[in-house]
Amino acid sequence: MFEGWDAVTLARAQFAFTMSFHIVFPAFSIGLASYLAVLEARWLLTGREVFLNLFNYWVKIFAVAFGMGVVSGIVMVYQFGTNWSAFADKTGSVIGPLMGYEVLSAFFLEAGFLGVMLFGLKRVGPRLHFLATLMVAIGTLISAFWILSSNSWMQTPAGYAVNADGQFVPADWFKVIFNPSFPYRLVHMVLAAYLTTALVVGAVGAFHLLRAPHQAGARVMFSMAMWMATLVAPIQILAGDQHGLNTLEHQPVKIMGMEGHYQSHPDGAPLILFGLPDQQEGKVKYALEIPKMGSLILKHSPDAPMPGLDTVPRENWPPVPITFWSFRIMVGMGFLMFGLGLFGLWCRWRGKLFESRLLHVFAVLMGPAGFIAVLAGWITTETGRQPFTVYGLLRTADSASPLAAPAVGSSLLAFVVVYFVVYAAGLTYLLRLMAQPPLAGEAGPPREVPTRTAGVTPLIEGATQ
Amino acid sequence: MSLAIDLATIWAFIIAFAVFVYVVMDGFDLGLGILFPLFPAKADRDVIINSVEPVWDGNETWLVLGGGGMMAAFPLAFSVLLPALYAPMIAMLIALVFRGVAFEFRSRAQGERNPWDLAFTGGSWLAALAQGIALGAILQGVQVEGRRYAGGWWDWLTPFSILTGVSLMIGYALLGATWLVMKTEGSLRDRAYRLSWLLLIAMLGAIVAVSIATPFLHVQYTQRWFAWPNIILTAPVPVAVAAVTALLLRALANKYDYQPFFLSLALFALSYAGLGISMYPFIVPQSITIWQAAAPENSQMFLLVGVSVLIPLILSYSAWAYWVFRGKVRPESGYH
Repeated sequence: MFEGWDAVTLARAQFAFTMSFHIVFPAFSIGLASYLAVLEARWLLTGREVFLNLFNYWVKIFAVAFGMGVVSGIVMVYQFGTNWSAFADKTGSVIGPLMGYEVLSAFFLEAGFLGVMLFGLKRVGPRLHFLATLMVAIGTLISAFWILSSNSWMQTPAGYAVNADGQFVPADWFKVIFNPSFPYRLVHMVLAAYLTTALVVGAVGAFHLLRAPHQAGARVMFSMAMWMATLVAPIQILAGDQHGLNTLEHQPVKIMGMEGHYQSHPDGAPLILFGLPDQQEGKVKYALEIPKMGSLILKHSPDAPMPGLDTVPRENWPPVPITFWSFRIMVGMGFLMFGLGLFGLWCRWRGKLFESRLLHVFAVLMGPAGFIAVLAGWITTETGRQPFTVYGLLRTADSASPLAAPAVGSSLLAFVVVYFVVYAAGLTYLLRLMAQPPLAGEAGPPREVPTRTAGVTPLIEGATQ
Repeated sequence: MSLAIDLATIWAFIIAFAVFVYVVMDGFDLGLGILFPLFPAKADRDVIINSVEPVWDGNETWLVLGGGGMMAAFPLAFSVLLPALYAPMIAMLIALVFRGVAFEFRSRAQGERNPWDLAFTGGSWLAALAQGIALGAILQGVQVEGRRYAGGWWDWLTPFSILTGVSLMIGYALLGATWLVMKTEGSLRDRAYRLSWLLLIAMLGAIVAVSIATPFLHVQYTQRWFAWPNIILTAPVPVAVAAVTALLLRALANKYDYQPFFLSLALFALSYAGLGISMYPFIVPQSITIWQAAAPENSQMFLLVGVSVLIPLILSYSAWAYWVFRGKVRPESGYH
C-alpha cells in the first residue's frame, strides 16, 4: 500500500489532518477556561447560584473538550520527530526551547490544577478552587503565547544564525520570541478563541431559550455571549486588518496568494471578491472585482502599485486556490459574527434580547462559525507559508523524515480511522451535554462528590448521577 | 568513565529525570489499564478510575516534557530516534489517545457494556508495550548516516525489543497493583495484594532476563558493567535490587499500605539507573553521544533557566494535587 505515493505529500496530509482536529480544541478551551474563571468569580462576588450552576454546566463540557485537546496535542509534539525529523534537527535549537517553555509554564500548570478544578470544589473550598480555575485559565493563555511564538518564528524568522551543520541557532532570544508577526498573531488568535467560545455559549443559550424562554441559566449565558460578540467581533476585524498589513510587510507572497494577485498592478490593484484561481494558467478566472480597492485596503492608497506572483519564481508560489478561498471563508465568518453582535445589541436596546426568535435562531446557526473561521484562518496562514516550513529559508521538501511512503501512509490511515471514531464519539457526548439545559442545583463532573454541607440537596444528587 | 559536569550532561540528567518521572507516574496509570480485565465489576472499575482521574493528565505531561525537552536540548538525537522508532511511536500515540479520552468518555457512554473500558485497556496495553519496545530498540542501537536515521521502518522489531516491551508491561502492572493496594480497601485491595506477589516475581524475572540479554547486544555494555574499575560502581546496583526486593517481599507479607508502591518505585529507579549506566554518554547508543547531539549552549542555557525555576514549582503544585486527593478511594462515593 502507498507505493508510488510521495512521502512528503503524505506527511503534509498527516500534519494538516491531525492539526485540524487538534486546533479546534485549544481554540475552544482557551476561551472556555477564561469563561469558567469569570463565572466562578461572579459566583464568589455575588453569591448568586445561577453562576455556580453555569460553572458546573460548562465545566463538564470543558473536561471532555480539554481531554481531547490534550491527547491530540501530544501527537503534534511527537510528529515533529516522526514525520519532520530534518525540520526538528534544523530548527530544534530555536523552537524546541520555546515549546519546552510551553510545557513547563503552561501544560503542567493546566494539568496540575485541572484535577482540583474538576473534582475538588468540596475538598479545598471555594477560594482555593477559584485559584485552581484561574491557574487553568492562565495556563491556556501562556500556552497560546509560546506556541504562537514558535509558529510565528516559522512565518517571520528573526534573531537566528545558521551553523556549520545547517542548523538554525538562536542569536537573540528576545528577537526570536517577539519576532515580527508574533504580537499580531497572538492577539488575533486569542480573540478568535474568545469569539469561538462566545458563539458556542451563545448558541447553547439560544437553543434553550427557544425551547423555554424563562430559564435563568440560559438567559445569563446568552446575554454574556452576546456582549462578547458585540464587543469583540469588531475588535477582531481591526486586529485581523493589522495582522494582514503585517503579513504584507513580512510575507508579501502570502498576501498575493490570499488576494489572488497573480498579476502585478503598477497603478493600483483591484480587490477580487470572488473567482476561480487557476494555478496552471496563473490567473483568476471569472473574477468579480472592485478596481483599486485592493491597494486601498492594503496600502491605504488607491493607486499604490502592488507586485503580483508574476514577480516570484513559480517554485515559490503558495497554492493560491486554497489560500484564496480559505481567506474568504474566514473573513465571511468574521462579518457574520459582527452582524450577530450588532443584531444582539439592537435587540438588547429594544428589550427583546430574550424574546427575539430570529436572533436566537441566528445565534444557534452561528454556533460553529468560530471553529470554521479558526480552521480557515489557520489554513490560510499555514498554506500561505508554503512551499517553506521556515519562510523563505527551509523548504518543506527538505524538512521531512527519511521515511518511505508506506510508513507515512500507514500512519496517516491509522490516524484518520482513530480520529474519526474518537472525535465522532466526543462530539456526540459534547452535543448531548449541551442539549441538556443548565438546571438549578446543577451537579459538577460525574464523580465529583457533593457533600451535605455545600448546599446541594441529596435529591438533585440522586437525579443527576 | 569520566563524569565531567557540563551543560550537555546536566541536560542528559534533566531529560532522564523527565522520562523517569513519566515512566513511574504514567506507569501506574497504564498499569491500572493493563490490570483492568482482571477487575470486571463496574463498581471496582469506577474505584480504579477514580483513584487516578484527578492526576493522570499531569502524569502524562512529563512525556511531553521528555519529548519536547529532547528536541530542544538534543535536536539531532530527537530527529534520529523518532524516525527509527516510527511504528512504536505512532502506536503509542494512538494508544494514548484511546486511553486518555476513555477517562472522560466512559462516564458519558450509555448502555450495558462500556466500549471505553475496552479503549482504556487496549490503549494501556499497547502504550506500555510500545514504550518498552522503543526502549529495547534504543538500547540495541539504530543505523545512522550523517545526521539522519538510515535504517528501515521495521528495524526496531527484534526478540530483544519484544522482551523489553513485555518487561515494561509487567513493571507497569506491578506499579498499578501496588497503587491499588495503597488507594483501595476490602476485596479489591486483597486481590491487588495477590496480584502484586505474582507481578513482583514476574518483574524480577524480567529484570534478570533483560540484564542477561543486554551485554550480548554490544561489547561496550559488557565492558561498562564488568570491566575493572567500573565494577566497583556497577556492582552495588544488583545488590540494591536484591535488598529492595527483600523489603518488598516483607511489605507484601505484612500487608503494608504504602510500602509496596514506594518500594516498587525504588525497583524502577534501580532498573533505570542500570539503563543509564549502560547508555551513558551515548544518547543514540554506539552512534551519537550527548555532546554530539547537543543544541548550542545558548539554547540549553536559555531553557535551563526555565527548568531550574519551574520544575521545583511544578513538583510543589503537583504534590499539592496528590495531597488534595490523598487517602483511600471508596466505592460509590468517589473522593470523599
